[in-house]
Amino acid sequence: MRLALISDLHANREAVTAVLADARARGCQQFALLGDYVGYGGDPAWVVDQVRELVSQGAVAVLGNHDSAVAHGALPTMREDARAAIAWTRERLNAEQLRFLAELPLSRQQDDCLFVHANAFAPEGFEYIQGRLEAMRSLQATRAHYTFCGHMHEPMLYHLSGTGKAGDFKPVPGVDIPLLSHRQWLVIPGSCGQPRDGNPAACYALFDTASGQLSFQRVPYDVEAAAARILAGGLPEPIAQRLAARLAVGE
Amino acid sequence: MSQGPASTQDLPPSAPLSPGMVLDGFRLEERLHQGGMANLWRVSRVQPVPGEDLPLIMKVPRIKGGEDPATIVGFEVEQMLMPALKGPHVPRFVARGDWTRQAYIVMERIEGSSLRPRLDEAPLPLDEVLDIGHRVATALHDLHRQHVVHLDIKPSNIMFRPDGRAVLVDFGLSRHDHLPDLLEEEFELPMGTGPYMSPEQVQFVRNDPRSDLFALGVMLYHLATGERPFGQPSSVRGLRRRLYVEPLPPRAIRPELPPWLQEIILHCLEVRPERRYQSAAQLALDLQRPEAVPLTARAHKLQRSGALKAFKRWFFALGHEPRREEASVDEQLSRSPIIMAAVDTQSATPALLERLQEAARRLVHAEPGARLACVSVMRTARIGMDELTDAQGRSVHVKQLIALRHWARPISRALELEDARLTFHVLEAPDPAQAIIDFASKAGVDHIVMGARANSALRRYLGSVSAQVVAEAECSVTVVRAPT
Repeated sequence: MRLALISDLHANREAVTAVLADARARGCQQFALLGDYVGYGGDPAWVVDQVRELVSQGAVAVLGNHDSAVAHGALPTMREDARAAIAWTRERLNAEQLRFLAELPLSRQQDDCLFVHANAFAPEGFEYIQGRLEAMRSLQATRAHYTFCGHMHEPMLYHLSGTGKAGDFKPVPGVDIPLLSHRQWLVIPGSCGQPRDGNPAACYALFDTASGQLSFQRVPYDVEAAAARILAGGLPEPIAQRLAARLAVGE
Repeated sequence: MSQGPASTQDLPPSAPLSPGMVLDGFRLEERLHQGGMANLWRVSRVQPVPGEDLPLIMKVPRIKGGEDPATIVGFEVEQMLMPALKGPHVPRFVARGDWTRQAYIVMERIEGSSLRPRLDEAPLPLDEVLDIGHRVATALHDLHRQHVVHLDIKPSNIMFRPDGRAVLVDFGLSRHDHLPDLLEEEFELPMGTGPYMSPEQVQFVRNDPRSDLFALGVMLYHLATGERPFGQPSSVRGLRRRLYVEPLPPRAIRPELPPWLQEIILHCLEVRPERRYQSAAQLALDLQRPEAVPLTARAHKLQRSGALKAFKRWFFALGHEPRREEASVDEQLSRSPIIMAAVDTQSATPALLERLQEAARRLVHAEPGARLACVSVMRTARIGMDELTDAQGRSVHVKQLIALRHWARPISRALELEDARLTFHVLEAPDPAQAIIDFASKAGVDHIVMGARANSALRRYLGSVSAQVVAEAECSVTVVRAPT
């Protein structure tokens, strides 16, 4: 089964549209959505509805910190832009959409795959996997061969060998990587709705559950339209400017 | 859900393979070759695939007693890389077997023997040296264009198709630019085959295709002169000599060799990659059209450069030690420290071993993210590479590993450590203190805990390992003493 892993959609309708179309064109039958459907972007209601529809068709979806903040209130550690976007988002979601977010699980396990927004060692703490040591902590916290998580916006692949040594790898888009079953793997597909590695193209990953082949993908989308939507959305002007500018440069 | 591979010990023991057995639809016909790292079997498909008209072999890793990361990771690398390779210069990949049952690779069988036997007949006629060099350089260029550095180019890894095209085999040390490098963090010794390893490989650089050109240069030197340019060093120190000691010019050994051949060979053997051929294709071109090779001072040398130049190179080589740790890695390490317990399982007293256990347990307990690397040093006269397969050395190695695991068991139980938080390493080195210091430095160890010999007479005689580690290690060191 070909599974598309999509994370950190961040209310970016244009990016989500492009990624879903790309994945379907590549013969993808299933979707795993790794959280942060809202925040930053200009169309949270549309993105949440898309996620709900995919879930109704069998997709996995887990809770992100932005989703949690919109549903339950912002965390004190969140940055100003994020907090403003959260308040603004709440006003744009109806009760049903908010309830959907509130009821999302922190993690889901299917066969050998663990899906979680931030990490496997303490999903509710939303601690970032910034390098090998956190990746190792996360991989050691699960028996699953494959962990898929988001939260970090840059695509990354970590692995843990039988001798307990962790490695990291900055993936090249479009390359098939065989995830051998002899080691554990942690896959961060990168952000769909707010890429931050200097490349504005949307990130996602494809995983073939039968063959263990993984590929990272980059999908160019209409960044200007997404930025225009943010500017027209009614967020406080300087914040909207900043968020729109970040999309354009991918950081 | 199946269980995650927390350690190699979780793998089921694989049943011995025998002719007639069928594995995933492949019937084992006969064992062709038993190597140090793998066995090769001639196999056939139980149900032939239409259109696939290939003689097949199955390569099966030989997992030796105890933990054997070199074989396991090398085979994983090959399983990962081979499906990504194509073209006439590699064996065609057919299938791979899962580690949880039986690891293997099924691939196209290349008939005939490798280039290895020809080496015994060196020096070979000039035309043949050129021809071999050209065919191998062509194959290398094809490989490099597929984003792969072979990193173990030598005669035994080179075969030829009936039409003469060279086929490169054994990708266990190779590096693919677009795939994770499973070997990068795994080993503390330079990886490669001693005589052929490039200077940068000795310094742990694994992503320079020009390393393969150096190895090919070594091979051409040997085929042309009958001698190895850098001998057959078996220690890291011996390997490092090539950073500053030039090989004897080929024409000093065989004066009848043409200057252009010496030019080509010494061009391949430049210490700094930027002074070598910049691509295998450029080298192939020169080998094909030797009369066009522009001759430089390299072509006319008849002896090594003088002592002053060698000293300068040696000095340069000292300063050229690459720093592997980056600042961000340092930051992450400080958050989740790696504790190294250096344990002398062979001669420490039981009381000292117990104290050491207690000290290590406390250190690991203090940090939830802490890792414990248990290390013992097996004293050797030589640093093993090919020598690691030596039966006696192997059994001592395994014995020390068992003792080390036994020592750590109470810590592991007291802290309920998962296997992956504990690693075991038996270092083979002539100098225990230096081995501990080097390991700590390369592995980014934050804190070493080790015992001190109680008997002062013995300490005076043997020197104090702990004193040297305290003086020279880059990290904190706790020295534990047994009560007197």
